[in-house]
Amino acid sequence: MESNRLKQIKEEALKQIESSNALDKLNEIRINYLGKKGELTSLLKGMKDIKAEERPKFGQMVNEARQAIEDMLEESKKKLMQVAREEQLKLEVIDVTLPAKKNNVGHRHPNMITLEEVERIFIGMGYEVVEGPEVEYAYYNFEALNIPENHPARDEQDTFYIDDKILLRTQTSPVQVRMMEKKKLPIRILAPGRVYRSDEVDATHSPCFHQIEGLVIDKNITFADLKGTLQEFAKELFGPQTKVKFRPHHFPFTEPSAEVDVTCFKCGGKGCRMCKGSGWIEILGCGMVHPRVLEMSGIDPEEYSGFAFGVGLERITLLKYEIDDMRLLYENDVRFLKQF
Amino acid sequence: MNTPLSWIKAYVPELEVTAKEYTDAMTLSGTKVEGYECLDKNLEKIVVGQIKKIERHPDADKLIICQVDVGDREIQIVTGASNVKENDKVPVVLDGGKVAGGHDGEPLPEAGIKIKKGKLRGVESEGMMCSIEELGSSREMYKDAPESGIYILKPDAKVGTDAVELLGLHDVVFEYEITSNRVDCYSVLGIAREAAATFHKEFVPPVIKVTGNQERVEDYISVEVVDKDLCPRYCARVVKNIKIEPSPEWMQRRLAACGIRPINNIVDITNYVMEEYGQPMHAFDLDTVSGKKIIVKRAANGETFQTLDGQIRNLDENILMICDAEKAVGIAGIMGGENSKITDDVKTMLFEAACFDGTNIRLSAKRLGLRTDASGKFEKGLDPNNAEDAINRACQLIEELGAGEVVGGIVDVYHAKKEEKRIPFCPDKINQLLGTQIKEEEMLEIFKKLELEYEESTKEIVIPSFRQDLECGADIAEEVARFFGYDNIPTTLPTGEATTGKLSYKLRIEQTARNIAEFCGFSEGMTYSFESPKVFDKLLLPKDSPLRNTVVISNPLGEDFSIMRTTTLNGMLTSLAANYNRRNKAVRLYELGNIYIPKALPLTEIPDERMQFTLGMYGDGDFFSMKGVIEEFLEKTGLSEKIHYEVKTEKPFLHPGRQADIIYQNKVIGYLGEVHPQVQENYDIGERVIVAVLDMPEIEPFTTYERKYTGVAKYPAVTRDISMVMPKSISVGKVEEVIEKKGGKILESYQLFDIYEGSQIMEGYKSVAYSIVFRAKDKTLEDKEVTEAMNRILKALQGMGIELRQ
Repeated sequence: MESNRLKQIKEEALKQIESSNALDKLNEIRINYLGKKGELTSLLKGMKDIKAEERPKFGQMVNEARQAIEDMLEESKKKLMQVAREEQLKLEVIDVTLPAKKNNVGHRHPNMITLEEVERIFIGMGYEVVEGPEVEYAYYNFEALNIPENHPARDEQDTFYIDDKILLRTQTSPVQVRMMEKKKLPIRILAPGRVYRSDEVDATHSPCFHQIEGLVIDKNITFADLKGTLQEFAKELFGPQTKVKFRPHHFPFTEPSAEVDVTCFKCGGKGCRMCKGSGWIEILGCGMVHPRVLEMSGIDPEEYSGFAFGVGLERITLLKYEIDDMRLLYENDVRFLKQF
Repeated sequence: MNTPLSWIKAYVPELEVTAKEYTDAMTLSGTKVEGYECLDKNLEKIVVGQIKKIERHPDADKLIICQVDVGDREIQIVTGASNVKENDKVPVVLDGGKVAGGHDGEPLPEAGIKIKKGKLRGVESEGMMCSIEELGSSREMYKDAPESGIYILKPDAKVGTDAVELLGLHDVVFEYEITSNRVDCYSVLGIAREAAATFHKEFVPPVIKVTGNQERVEDYISVEVVDKDLCPRYCARVVKNIKIEPSPEWMQRRLAACGIRPINNIVDITNYVMEEYGQPMHAFDLDTVSGKKIIVKRAANGETFQTLDGQIRNLDENILMICDAEKAVGIAGIMGGENSKITDDVKTMLFEAACFDGTNIRLSAKRLGLRTDASGKFEKGLDPNNAEDAINRACQLIEELGAGEVVGGIVDVYHAKKEEKRIPFCPDKINQLLGTQIKEEEMLEIFKKLELEYEESTKEIVIPSFRQDLECGADIAEEVARFFGYDNIPTTLPTGEATTGKLSYKLRIEQTARNIAEFCGFSEGMTYSFESPKVFDKLLLPKDSPLRNTVVISNPLGEDFSIMRTTTLNGMLTSLAANYNRRNKAVRLYELGNIYIPKALPLTEIPDERMQFTLGMYGDGDFFSMKGVIEEFLEKTGLSEKIHYEVKTEKPFLHPGRQADIIYQNKVIGYLGEVHPQVQENYDIGERVIVAVLDMPEIEPFTTYERKYTGVAKYPAVTRDISMVMPKSISVGKVEEVIEKKGGKILESYQLFDIYEGSQIMEGYKSVAYSIVFRAKDKTLEDKEVTEAMNRILKALQGMGIELRQ
């Protein structure tokens, strides 16, 4: 009799749970059946009327029924919550194509991006990045670099003079001499900086521009080392397919000297407008440090040798980013700067 | 320097190369070919034709119909040219051929002009007779061409043969970039010698024959060099019975290909030898030279002289003159005189081939403002040994061309004969420098091609006098490298002691500055280091401002670029103005650049170059956002103590009520402020501009990238808010000083959260509220401790006349 009632309660409860569609409804069902005054509880309270030998079995049946109801309640709750979450998510749909809220981070100057790229490559090869003065003694800019007085390179047409002993350096090479004079050997330095030449401002000239000087002095440094180093550099900077060509040239402070061309990074060497059809682009001058320059700096050329190179920073920046007017680099229009 | 390939081939007869091969190989051996021009570009199917018959065109007055024999047949050509007559031989472009340009001499079209059969006013025309312009040249270069009309060929031209060949246009002209050390390569012979070595062919220079009649040149002229330092050598020869006439066609063609206009036999010979040997020469009319004497000496100060271009030149004591017994007849190495120049009725001529001091010629030419072909050559410092060969070559050509009778002998004043140079030959050292393993024999082979003689007994290389650039072992190594091929030298990386790659510490701080500025929305600008002294007025700086003490460029590009900047503000404001002018909104820029502060004026040593970190903005953000950027940077570089801002009023370019010095540990490390409205106006910027300038050398000693972990707080914090009313004249900085001083050890931080002035606050007062946070590292704070600290703060504030509100 009582067990029939139990069965009935259980079925009724499960049915109610199944058909309920809200969390508070489920709670109500819990209270109605499992609460202190709930049906299952009152059934347990009537245990005393059951025969003693049947009590354990009945108790077990009640517990099973309770468990079944609880499980079902839990399951339904989960389902309802899932449904509710889904409803919520549907309400929260946003238009992902609305504009981004940017932090408006500033931009590095393209020259500086190129320079840092070059620095990264040479720092990796053990070079220290150093600087020297821009307003420099004529001695460091010329004499000590084997450019004696009255040499055409010292002509006022190219050089800004302060007086006859002090000038605006025309190249970063004086840093070579300043480093060598410190006599801390071996030397592996990269010296970027501003240089000055008396050129009127136009699309391809600026009276103030940047060079990057490199210098290595050690025992047994060879021209082959210079070639290897600059080949590595070119491949790092312009890509692994880049080919490098060394052409004999003349600089007063290196011997042998060379100019270095790389395969045009726009056409890959086939020839285009950028490389004027040649497939090659000249990027730097270099050579083995002239023994006289070593001597003047107090280094014994019989024991030590070295190489030096000089890269025009603007030239690489203009070519690399295909900037057609050098003046843009010094105007600082943010619409220009933001492109890098 | 331009040379036609045909002229090079004259001395390297076995040379057979395409223009491209020549360009590449010469460039790789050190004679850089900048470009080349094929003279026969777009000249196709052009033959020698002979006009057999001319008739009038039935329907056009200005046209004629010619029957032209082109060798294998006769064709009909209609032309508007009026200078042709029957039996004339002319260049004819056949049907399907091409010419280089139009007869108007306009710039040549890239692809040339195609010629096709067609009808002119109803009459069939099967080709075209060409003018010199249509053949891509000009009357300047082909003196015998008519002013307009068809180029008439010589009567001996063979009908049906290649007319382009006949005109010497199957040639390529190369343009070289010769490096300043290779003076010898500013000549056809010099380049030919390099070409021979590059292509492993024999070099066959012209053979100079002894020339001259039985007379003695000494009877005609004597030479005295007074200023020996400026004239190491002076050679003179005499030619009489001169017949001025056009030079032969072959000579005209060669000069034309080099871009030199043929004039007459005498002028052409001088130019020809100048090209061939690189030695400028001058010809005087000997009948105008008085006293049969040439004296080489410096001019007197204030002397004037009329050069052969008719101009009067002002001389000075450093200009070397060629004089006769009475007067000056030429400026040495630069230009001859009007009084002695060669005219069409010259009878006897004095030829001069000399060597002058290169530097002196360069400086003189500059002072005179007179740079000539000759001075351009002399200023490079010529080989004195070349002068004699050149003058003899010229006399040989005079004889060959029948231009006159050369007098026997030469006057040669060569007082300090150039000494022979010798350089020790050490193959091992060369290989060591190059990183190669080139055999000694291979090196000697290269030297031989370059006419560098090897003396085995002394193991020395004897340097020929024309190679003035070879002075030491490294120079010899370069010769080996050039002809071994730079391409063939291996590529290795330096071995030896390892070094640490890094940025210098200064540059590392600058990198941090860049990163912070960019995080804060500032983009990097670059401006010139020199500017106009007028910027100081623009910045309202008083006349006695120390910033006006500048490093001045003695030869600037103009006043606008004449002084080295002592402030970076002008660059920044100019850049901001450019942006404002282009309607760019909310612009933030920064620059890391030097200022140049003289230590003494005039300079006794190089100036102090101080790196400035300059920030500027308009349109978005105020004084305090700028403070934020500065503090982010200083914090990142390890300036962990409190930054002080000292109220300032005296920077004239800044708003007097909105400027401050930035102080760290009692040192001024920079300043910031709003730009003075007048300055803003001076730069045409229509919005408030905020700037900050940090002096990096002052900051560097305080910087550090070292950090120590101090733990994160484990115990709770206690926050107390205070609100006060205080006179406007007291800056909140004073309040903060009190909080810091009186807060004690448990003070963690404080923050201003409200500041207000206006209604409800007494006139001249402001209401300020702070939130103060206390915390102990080792325990939970008791209320009593916090209250004690607060009381200390409040008491001190009250002592300053600040009224607390609860």
